[in-house]
This record gives sequence, structure tokens and C-alpha cells, in this order.
Amino acid sequence: MNNAALENGPSAAADPGAAAPEPVPQWRRTLRRLLRRRMAVAGAVLVLLFLLLALVGPLVTGSQTRLGLTHLLAGPSGAHPLGTDDLGRDVLARITGGARVSLLAGVVSTALALVVGVPLGLAAGYYRGWADSVLMRLTDLVLSFPYLVFAVGMAAILGPSLRNVIIALAVAEVPSVVRIVRGETLVLRSQDFVEAAVADGARDAAVMWREILPNMTNTLIVKATVAIPAGILGEAALSFLGLGVQPPQASWGVMLTSAQQFLSQDPLLAVFPGVAIALTTLGFNLLGDGLRDVLDPRELL
Amino acid sequence: MTLLEVSGLRVTYRTEDGPVLAAKDVSFSLGRGEILALVGESGCGKTATAMAIPRLLDDTRATIGGSVLLDGVELTALSERRMRDVRGKDISVVFQEPMTSLNPAFTVGRQIGEVLRQHTGLTRRQVRERVVELLDLVGVPDARRRAGSYPHELSGGMRQRVMIATAVACDPKVLIADEPTTALDVTIQAGVLDVIRDLREQLGTAVILITHDLGVVAEVADRVVVMYSGRHVEHSPTAAVFDRPQHPYTIGLLDALPARAALRGGRRRLTEIPGLVPSPATDPDACQFAPRCPRATAECTAARPALTGADGGDGHLVACYHPGPRRDA
Repeated sequence: MNNAALENGPSAAADPGAAAPEPVPQWRRTLRRLLRRRMAVAGAVLVLLFLLLALVGPLVTGSQTRLGLTHLLAGPSGAHPLGTDDLGRDVLARITGGARVSLLAGVVSTALALVVGVPLGLAAGYYRGWADSVLMRLTDLVLSFPYLVFAVGMAAILGPSLRNVIIALAVAEVPSVVRIVRGETLVLRSQDFVEAAVADGARDAAVMWREILPNMTNTLIVKATVAIPAGILGEAALSFLGLGVQPPQASWGVMLTSAQQFLSQDPLLAVFPGVAIALTTLGFNLLGDGLRDVLDPRELL
Repeated sequence: MTLLEVSGLRVTYRTEDGPVLAAKDVSFSLGRGEILALVGESGCGKTATAMAIPRLLDDTRATIGGSVLLDGVELTALSERRMRDVRGKDISVVFQEPMTSLNPAFTVGRQIGEVLRQHTGLTRRQVRERVVELLDLVGVPDARRRAGSYPHELSGGMRQRVMIATAVACDPKVLIADEPTTALDVTIQAGVLDVIRDLREQLGTAVILITHDLGVVAEVADRVVVMYSGRHVEHSPTAAVFDRPQHPYTIGLLDALPARAALRGGRRRLTEIPGLVPSPATDPDACQFAPRCPRATAECTAARPALTGADGGDGHLVACYHPGPRRDA
């Protein structure tokens, strides 16, 4: 159904300066506006960089667990660009492996939270009633705990492993997703176009799925760019506490834990994973800020 | 031939201050291809009456009484599931606000197609062709390309045409148009009214037109129901309402029209109806218009006047003890 718009796209995009009379796909206009924001571009670059690192890095850097007893706590060198840790393992390889773990934890926990939270929020906001009230008190209950405290509790119950960390982070994230989606649904369900769809005989599911949900994608995109770095930080924190990824597997949190003991001898050991955590979360936050501004409907035109 | 028969329709809203009767014993019928106008001031119950027909009122807050027969089927007794099949297929609605009645997330072609997919077994390709046909029908130029436009790329008049295209997509028997031209420029209004009239000619769609604009009524309606405070006070063929208005309220509405006032001697000042619409919460056994009526007598506040035939036959009904044409004082 978008064919007509897509066909019109290239000719309009070829002449971005002129007032384009042809309909331009909305995502293309959004992208163009995003690219005009320096900070958002910087954020996107950081995110893409770490994504690349996570995807192809491990293929290049070699083993992240091979011990090297001849070069413990070595500084940066040609063979080990970021040096080695207390067991002689290559820090760059471990940072790269950690990127994979971090992004996986952030993205998958956020995706899980959305998959569970969005339908719940839609149904709660659309039908209201006692089920909505019960659900809202439940979210209040979870939200009354700080995010990390709740995740730590969940992870402690589930046992330490990357899978359980992801589940714990997702569960901790669900209530805020439900709240946001419910709130947006309450606003959108009273819009004229929703009423019009009902008047055209649309079923409840169709109204929620086609009329309400697509009109909150902006909110959800922004929510995701906040939830992903929160998940990354959460994974690092849980792994740091020993509730997450278990050594010898690398994770930025695990690396920080072991670096802690050698802070005076080799402070760089803590700096690299710390910087990696800071940069990825910064990247997502900048990108999210930019997207929030660009997707704001009041910014149209 | 009667298509839609509304009898004794009552709409009650539950509010914190108790029940509010938005429509009281409204009865009218609609024939195939007929355009019926529901006229009255804001809050007189025209929208409540019209929205009760396809049962679009929030049923947690409004109750509907009386009977609505569409082609012999009692709509008030249908299950919600069956009712959904009626909506958009047999009865569809065009809302007042074209600017906000389209989903901003999808192209207009897709939104029109949605109704077709829902109610017909057309294939994807057939749907696409039909959408273009429909846009052509309602006078959207360059329909094939416009089908790929998003609502914000269209003007108000174009959007209202799209809304109408959506409404008539499945060839409904009844089209309910709730103030379809109120939000539009005067020049665009005429175009939209033409579309509605054409649809009646081409598809035989019966139309219930809700409006407070008597100019619109004169232009397109066959018959008029004048409503006041939830009741219909006058009901007649359009020409009769303008030539021989019977109810003092109708006469008041006509006198408030600039063109009419000019005809009556070029007086500068328009005549307004004194007072305000009474609260619909009250339903005394009296003429609700009596407090604002120049002809009111003791009789008017003693008992409610029934809707009876007025002079001239031709189905002209009026609910008044002192009906009759204007008596200039």
C-alpha cells in the first residue's frame, strides 16, 4: 500500500532543497531531520560503532579467554592494543566480547519488555475496568522498588546467568512500558479517527493494533533508546555483583570486578570497560534525545 | 418505501448529576435515497439521536430505548458482534472533524481499503482498484496518486472527501453525516454537499444529515426534522419548512438567518431567539420552548403538546398549541 509513496520517493529526495510537491515517505523526512542534529549523529555513530564491534569484533580479535601467563597486567602494545588483564588475557578481545554481551542484554531485555508490556498496556488503556485497576496496582508495586534493586532481587532468585539477567531486566522494565502504553492509549482512544474506525465496524483488536499502536511508535522508539542503555547498565551492575555473566566469559561488569583488585597497579584495566559502558549508554542517550526532538509532532515542517 | 424506521428513540446519559435525557421519543422514517436533515441548536440532541442509530454511544454512559428498524432488522436487539458488521457496511458515519478523523499513521488509500477488507471479500488488487474508484467518485483529483498520500498532506476539504469515500466504500444503505461541512470553508462546503447529493443520485444512499445550518438544509435535504431539547418539534418536507414554518422555534431559527432577515425589509439587526436552550436533564410535562416563546400561553406550560399534522397535509407535523406561519407583530 506504500508503493505509490515509495515510487515517488527518489525524485523528491533527489531535490531536497526545493519544496517537494511529491509525497515523501515520513521515515525519510525524519531521517533527514535527524541527520541535521550533530549530537544525535554523534550518538548514532557511537551506537553503530559498538554494534559493529559486537558483531564482527570477536572474529578479528581472537580469543577472549586464552590465558597468557608470560604477560600478566601488561600495558598496551602491538600484540595487545589495550594491554592484558591479571590472567594475561587480551583486554581488547574481552571488551569486544563484552560489547556483544552488553548489547544483547540491553536490546533483548528491552524487546522482551515491549513484547509483554505493549499488549498489556493497550488492553488496560482500551478496556479499563477492574483488570486495568489490578494491573496498575501491580505496576505500582514493582515501580516502588528502584529498577536495579528489583533486577538484583529477580536475578538472585533466578540464579546467575546471562539468560536470567536478561529476564530479570525485562521484568523490571515491563511496568514502565505498560504505564507509558496505557497512558498513550487513554489519550488516543478518544481521538476522532479511533471513533471513526469504530463507526466503520472495526473490531477491538483492529482498533488497538491499527489505530492506536501505530500512533505511539514515536513514544516507543524513544522509550527503547532509554531502556536499552538502562539494560546495558543493569547487566554491567548485575555482572559486577556476580549475579550475571560468570567468569571466564567476558562482560564489562565482570571485567570491572576483576579490575577492582588491581586498581593501584593497573588502573587502565578498569578504565577500558568503564569507558565502554559510558560511551555506549551515552550513544543511546544522545540518539534517543535526537529522536525525541525529531519525532515530536510539533516539530513537523 | 421505508428503509429506516426510528420510533420512540430515547437516549439517556448517566452523569454525576443524574440521568440526562438527550433524546426523548424521537420518531422518523427514512426512505431509500432520501436525504433527511436533523436541525437544531447545539445540545438539542441531534447528534445523540443520530449516533444512537448505529449504536455508537459509549454504552457505559448512555442507554438507548425505543426501536430502530433497518430493512426490518431491529438494531437495538443485535449483538455487538452483529452490530459491528452493520457499521461501515449498512450504516456508516461521516464525522464533523475531517482534520482529526483520519489516522495520521497510514496513507488514506490504506484507510479506505481497511473498510473494504473488513466487510468484503475483495482481493488486494481489487481493493486497490476500488479505492481509486471511490476517491474518483468523491471528486479527489489525481486519485491514484492521492491514495498514497498521508492525511497531513491533504486539505480539510480533501480529507472530508476521503472520509466520505471511506463511509460509502461498502455501498451503505444509510449514511449519517454529522455536521460534515461545519469545519470547512464555505467554498469547500458546496463541493462536499455536491458529493453527498451525487452519492444519493448514483448509489441511492439514504442520508441523515445533522446540521445547524439551515442554508445546508435548503440546499440538499428532502425532509427536515427540527429538534429542540431532545424532542422533535417540527417535521416536514424541506420546502414546507421554509415556506410555511409552523413551530415558533423553527420560525425563530429562520429569522436568525441573515439572508432571510434581509428579504424581510433589509433590517440590519438579526432577530435572535431570547433565552437559552433548557437543560436536557429536566423533562417537564410542558412545552420546553414555552419560556422562550412569544406565543406561549398557560396551556403551553400545563401539558406537553403532541406532534400532530399541521395545515396543508403533506406529512407536515408540528408539536405546538399555537402553530402557524409568522405573525408579524
